[in-house]
Amino acid sequence: MAVVTETTKFGKIFWPVLAWIVALTFFFPIFWMVFTSFKTDADSVKPEYLFVFKPTLENYINMTDNYDYWRFALNSLITASFATTFALFVGVPCAYVMAFNPTRRTKDILLWMLSTKMLPAAAVLYPMTFLTKNFLNIFDTHFLIILVLCLINLPIVIWMLFTYFKEIPKEILEAGKMDGANTWGEIKDILLPLAWGGLASTALLCFIFCWNEAYWTVRLTTTDAATLSKLIEGNRAPEGLFFGRLSAVSTAAVGPIVVLGWFCQKQLVQGLTFGAVK
Amino acid sequence: MASLTINDVHKTYGTEPVLHGVNLTVEDGEFVVFVGPSGCGKSTLLRMIAGLEDITSGSVSIDGLKVNDVAPAKRGVAMVFQTYALYPHMSVYKNMAFGLRQAKTPAEEIDRRVKAAADVLQITDYLDRNPRNLSGGQRQRVAIGRAIVRDPKVFLFDEPLSNLDASLRVQTRIEISKLHERLGSTMIYVTHDQVEAMTLADKIVVLKDGRVEQIGSPTELYDQPQNLFVAGFIGSPKMNFFNRLDVSEITQKNMQNEDTIGIRPEHLVACAEADACVSGKLELIENLGEYVLAHMVGSNGTTFIAKMDRKQVGNIGDTLAFKVIDGNAHMFDRTSTQRV
Repeated sequence: MAVVTETTKFGKIFWPVLAWIVALTFFFPIFWMVFTSFKTDADSVKPEYLFVFKPTLENYINMTDNYDYWRFALNSLITASFATTFALFVGVPCAYVMAFNPTRRTKDILLWMLSTKMLPAAAVLYPMTFLTKNFLNIFDTHFLIILVLCLINLPIVIWMLFTYFKEIPKEILEAGKMDGANTWGEIKDILLPLAWGGLASTALLCFIFCWNEAYWTVRLTTTDAATLSKLIEGNRAPEGLFFGRLSAVSTAAVGPIVVLGWFCQKQLVQGLTFGAVK
Repeated sequence: MASLTINDVHKTYGTEPVLHGVNLTVEDGEFVVFVGPSGCGKSTLLRMIAGLEDITSGSVSIDGLKVNDVAPAKRGVAMVFQTYALYPHMSVYKNMAFGLRQAKTPAEEIDRRVKAAADVLQITDYLDRNPRNLSGGQRQRVAIGRAIVRDPKVFLFDEPLSNLDASLRVQTRIEISKLHERLGSTMIYVTHDQVEAMTLADKIVVLKDGRVEQIGSPTELYDQPQNLFVAGFIGSPKMNFFNRLDVSEITQKNMQNEDTIGIRPEHLVACAEADACVSGKLELIENLGEYVLAHMVGSNGTTFIAKMDRKQVGNIGDTLAFKVIDGNAHMFDRTSTQRV
């Protein structure tokens, strides 16, 4: 039953205005970053060119010509894609077992996995660097970045998948068992098609987290496996404040992921509202 | 078609026992109903036959072959779930074909069997639809169809009608009964509804707290309940129970101190006070059209129900006396609860 609420004149103006203020506050930094990326480094710090300036693509040309943007972008793409794939590859069976064959300890395990996210990353920085650089010899490799990205996102992936799988009635999988599907068949033919919406949003979120990850990608790479985070980091402080260039690099780094999110929006909403027939 | 033997089957979850040694033989082509209140272990027993639950100890054999460690699909059983458990992302046709595909049945054979089953269940028109576009009754037919196409030795039904509305339930019940007659297959059916049990079964297994209380034909259970629980569970309205002090002196002569006498409402007939077995004050009349249920309160405060002719019943507050139709008084020992 719909509840009828009386809308006052004040409410009619106040709430939309508030909504616009909040939306613009969130959007402004992104807008300013894109805006600044079309200024030269010199113009970007001059107050007289704050709003009115001569737009230029210099920063973008510079970025692709001199800073090897595409290599960093490719590294980001490779590491985020593989890390997401592996995380799903491990996460799906894990979540399947915990959702459909839980033991008394399942809840504890889920909490324990989440608790690993509570560990400050800085606390293991030294052992990680030492281990990968001097011992395993995998420092600055795609393998290492993929492994690290996969592992730090695995708890979130398993939690999300677990939540989606829980929504699926157990009887449907049991019917599959009765029909002769083995465990892999159950996952492939029944579970995944039913949970594809959840699977897609988990994959996208994991991909975004991997793409945006900066702490480890900056510290565990130098050149070979460096991602866009490293590129942004590299254009920061040492040479002074190059706001124009930094803005262009940042825009180019977040661009692909924003576009991806934008395009997947509809599918994701559809996927998330897909209800299983009980 | 096949016979099924359950031999001393126990089930324990952790340390909690759920089934305490069940023994049962199901003959080829028999329709057996497991009935009992919630939590009595009837569904667990069915799931153990299906292979969806481990057997803690004891054995289940189908056609003389022990199947304790055989995978569900290899046991030759098919199950119809309470929630239908159709695959929501597949059409009706694919739902029915899924099991055959898993068994690598040739496509023409799958097509033939699905269409034949659809024909039997009159769901041919819905084969292309998705389950979400079907009504509850249609979904139930698809679920039954999915079982039929696999041509199982034993059909298992887990409360298949409990999600349907009352009129559809009666209709589907009749259809299941006809289906059994037509296919002649062995069927095991779980329900908590004693009307379903009475109308469908060749043999009823009454369970309570993980133990079999009685196994027998519907008539045996109705006429000769072995204990107080079965007597109270089978029959609607329930059987009336009286202690020695609740009944008239003539009746007391036939009873031991510790006895409980059970009389079904339909076996009480109005009579003169002198011949009465029980008497009481009429407290409430439930008019069901064809007959009325007279809710009575005896002198000791015991309540009981008598099924009466509408014209005989009188008014609320009247004192009525009843005698028992010969041979229909059941005597039970109050301590052991067993039939005397």
